[in-house]
Amino acid sequence: MTMRLLAVGLALVFAASYAVAQVGTQSGADKRRSGYQDMGEALQKMQDDDTANPGMLFVQLGGQLWNKAAGAADKSCADCHGGAAASMKGVATRYPAMSRGGDRPIDLEGRVNLCRTEHQKAEPLPPENRDLLALAAYVSHQSRDLPIAPPYDPRLDAFRAQGAEIYRRRQGQLNLSCAICHDDNAGKKLAGIAIPEAHPTGYPIYRLEWQALGSLKRRLRNCLVGIRAEAWPLDAPEYVALELYLMERAKGMKLETPAVRP
Amino acid sequence: MSNILVNAPKTASRGAVIEIKALILHPMETGFRPGANGRIIPRNIIERFTATWNGTEIFAMDMSSAIAANPFVSFFAVANESGTVVLRWTGDEGFAVEERVAIAVE
Repeated sequence: MTMRLLAVGLALVFAASYAVAQVGTQSGADKRRSGYQDMGEALQKMQDDDTANPGMLFVQLGGQLWNKAAGAADKSCADCHGGAAASMKGVATRYPAMSRGGDRPIDLEGRVNLCRTEHQKAEPLPPENRDLLALAAYVSHQSRDLPIAPPYDPRLDAFRAQGAEIYRRRQGQLNLSCAICHDDNAGKKLAGIAIPEAHPTGYPIYRLEWQALGSLKRRLRNCLVGIRAEAWPLDAPEYVALELYLMERAKGMKLETPAVRP
Repeated sequence: MSNILVNAPKTASRGAVIEIKALILHPMETGFRPGANGRIIPRNIIERFTATWNGTEIFAMDMSSAIAANPFVSFFAVANESGTVVLRWTGDEGFAVEERVAIAVE
């Protein structure tokens, strides 16, 4: 009887120390926070419920466009790639990346447009176009809950370094860098709103302020306007360089696409 | 092409109160905003949303310019008989969309 009690007691001690160790490694290893963790419970529920998350409307639209033929080649995305659930799984975790034969990295929207011009023989879609965002959201959604995994590619190093430099460069009339808010003061309040750590975990995101889906580029332009800097033109390589750096910074965090943000 | 997401239970016990949630892709353009050319963008909103259960209206609402894009509607109903719930959105520019949901009541 005593042996039995002892055994049960030991098992409890082991279980408890195991639990402590688990919690310990979690808080010790990764203190990075997705914007999801800092928004209200109502918004978290909205994002988690696939029939209440407005971003899912665009994912649904993207799924319809995926199977729709376009351009002079009269080909759909599915004609080359097949079902997105298998062929596009994990793709969004690796972007921005170098395109084959290209000399600079492209983001997912850029990749969609490259497919349009090269394979579908169609006009590229303009930036922030609804169909372009819907396709990007549909592709990214296939990688939901997968960790961000920037590719190892030496050709990307120079662009990542450029992104890191932009991230730390003071600019605009307020003379602020990205790092001043999102590294040094993340978690504090700016005009009553929590400053997030700027991890691009859920793009394209449905932002309630926009009442629409928007890309990471749009979000970056928002910040540039916020620090009263002049936003770069929409096709500027600076955006992709920053995106590369931000994805490297968020390496290992889980994708949430389509995320909802206030 | 219209995009709708509906969340309703497939089965319900007789007399139970069930929640039906519906989300629709729509710009809900207010009619008050000037466009890039300085002219007012014409109003384009959903004016009315109705829900019928086997033909009997169980919920209706009028929408206005102040309602956000991609409106989300949630309402409750008493499950009395098996049947089809028809959700219907109508609005400007001849917008008329229907979505059907079958609910089995035991």
